[in-house]
Amino acid sequence: MERPLTQHIHPDGTTRTLREYVKTGGYRCLQRLSSGLAPKDLQRLVTDAGLRGRGGGGFLTGTKWSFVPMGADAPKPKYIVANGDEMEPGTFKDRVLMEGDPHGLVEGMILAGYAIDAEVGYIFLRGEYHLSAQRLTEAIAEAYAAGYLGKPLPGTGFRFDLHLHASAGRYICGEETALINALEGKRAVPRAKPPFPQTVGLWGKPTVVQNVETLYNVPHIVNQGSDWYHRLSRTQDGGTKIYGISGRVVNPGWWELPLGTTAREVLERYAGGMADGVRFRGLLPGGISTAFMTEEHLDLPLDFSSIPPEVGRLGTATMIVLDDHTCPVGFVLNLEKFFARESCGWCTPCREGLPWVVRILMSFEEGRATKDDLSLLEMHAKWLAPGHTFCGLAPGAMAPLQSALKYFHDDFEQHISTHGCPWSKKSSQQRILV
Amino acid sequence: MLSDTERRELEDAVKHYPDKRGATIDALLTIQRRRGWISDDTLLEIAQFLEITVEDVDSVATFYNLIFRKPVGRHVAFVCDSISCWIKGCEQVQEQINTLYNADLGQTSPDGRLTVLPIACLGQCERAPALMIDQDVYGDVTPEKIEQIVEKYK
Repeated sequence: MERPLTQHIHPDGTTRTLREYVKTGGYRCLQRLSSGLAPKDLQRLVTDAGLRGRGGGGFLTGTKWSFVPMGADAPKPKYIVANGDEMEPGTFKDRVLMEGDPHGLVEGMILAGYAIDAEVGYIFLRGEYHLSAQRLTEAIAEAYAAGYLGKPLPGTGFRFDLHLHASAGRYICGEETALINALEGKRAVPRAKPPFPQTVGLWGKPTVVQNVETLYNVPHIVNQGSDWYHRLSRTQDGGTKIYGISGRVVNPGWWELPLGTTAREVLERYAGGMADGVRFRGLLPGGISTAFMTEEHLDLPLDFSSIPPEVGRLGTATMIVLDDHTCPVGFVLNLEKFFARESCGWCTPCREGLPWVVRILMSFEEGRATKDDLSLLEMHAKWLAPGHTFCGLAPGAMAPLQSALKYFHDDFEQHISTHGCPWSKKSSQQRILV
Repeated sequence: MLSDTERRELEDAVKHYPDKRGATIDALLTIQRRRGWISDDTLLEIAQFLEITVEDVDSVATFYNLIFRKPVGRHVAFVCDSISCWIKGCEQVQEQINTLYNADLGQTSPDGRLTVLPIACLGQCERAPALMIDQDVYGDVTPEKIEQIVEKYK
């Protein structure tokens, strides 16, 4: 099984230097640009490969690039931005890549920049990833010294500058238009779309914002071609995916696997199944803005096309497991507290609705909830769904809530009928027994 | 007033952006590293340097988890309270910190040593629960390990 993105990452957690990266074929594909691969050819290659955005959106990367105005009349400068604001709870895949192999991101950025004829790139990194920041800073300096950055690539006339922007920690910066405002030094609230960033983005210029893991795929596609890339995958979407798992499993971690691997394989074969004494109840397949999947969904291929919309979506593919020793209502309360705290406050439904949801869920945990509160939760799940808010934050927050109301309805009912949380009673009884 | 060193650091930061304002976060983080937090006076100095209004700078400063608009202790402990860490007992970690150093969430220990803040998912979910002190990240934290971890932050 091939693992192009992670095969060279050191298991001891140390980083790879430029010398190591070059030794395993790094920066080699820049020669292909010199030998006549035009930007449009690179766009087509990535489209043919079926590379889809790894940040959770799953949008076709080549298609995204094709919206950027090209040619002599196109506005200048254009920008390429790596979205390294990895703050989706349960998600840690981009960190693994940036810490372990920072040059892969630099090379991916040069190629993506070339594809849309962008002369400047920014890596937008969440502020808490200090180790990634340190390693990327070193890698960028090495790439400048080696002439991959800051100098015209031989035979192309293409010159690319790359800067690291360390942010200061705010979830909404992962939304691409909020990220653009953040980079411009403004309060990071989302912008209205259209216009889309591909035509009017950073400082009003054409801009592509791309997830970190997506960019890591580009050099491998250029080196080995779109047919090879399709063969890596088990489904119609190309490539591998970094799958991760956390929660009460034997071996929480991450694995680069063919796209289309099932949740059951990740859970049982790679993570070693549930931890001793706990039973599986459900999982969020990719961060907390995705809907719960239960036992009946475990054999669905985890990719961008195989999960039916009525079940949910893949998201970031880093799963969080709910076990039977954890209260599903408390679990969802934790998620909604996160969303309420991280809401940017720009639009009213999100700013007011999410804290309301938190208060209702707290009433369940504290034994004050009635049947009416269940209806209120249902109402929020409907009115904060897509189409009613300015951006995707609140709709994302409703995905786990709505699915929890469906799959764990009895648990919500039990909180009402027993006037409290059965799990906290269990644990306090245990404390008394001890 | 900005020191010569601070001014030099800010001048380096603005080079990365076509518009000085782009360096607002860099400026806040850079100055905070030297002064510990962002006071009203600091806001004004940054605003003058970037040639934008104090309100523009404050609208950014008040937005981020890692910018402090109030004084903090000599060290800051960030307790991750997102879902994977919650499942694995971040509440007990936070309670133990409170017991040992007398600082609840949002508070600073009476000796000024440690400020304790909640933080959104630190991306260490495979080794939850996680804790970050200043810039150092710790995984698989248990209440029993806290004293030993905090030991080196005087």
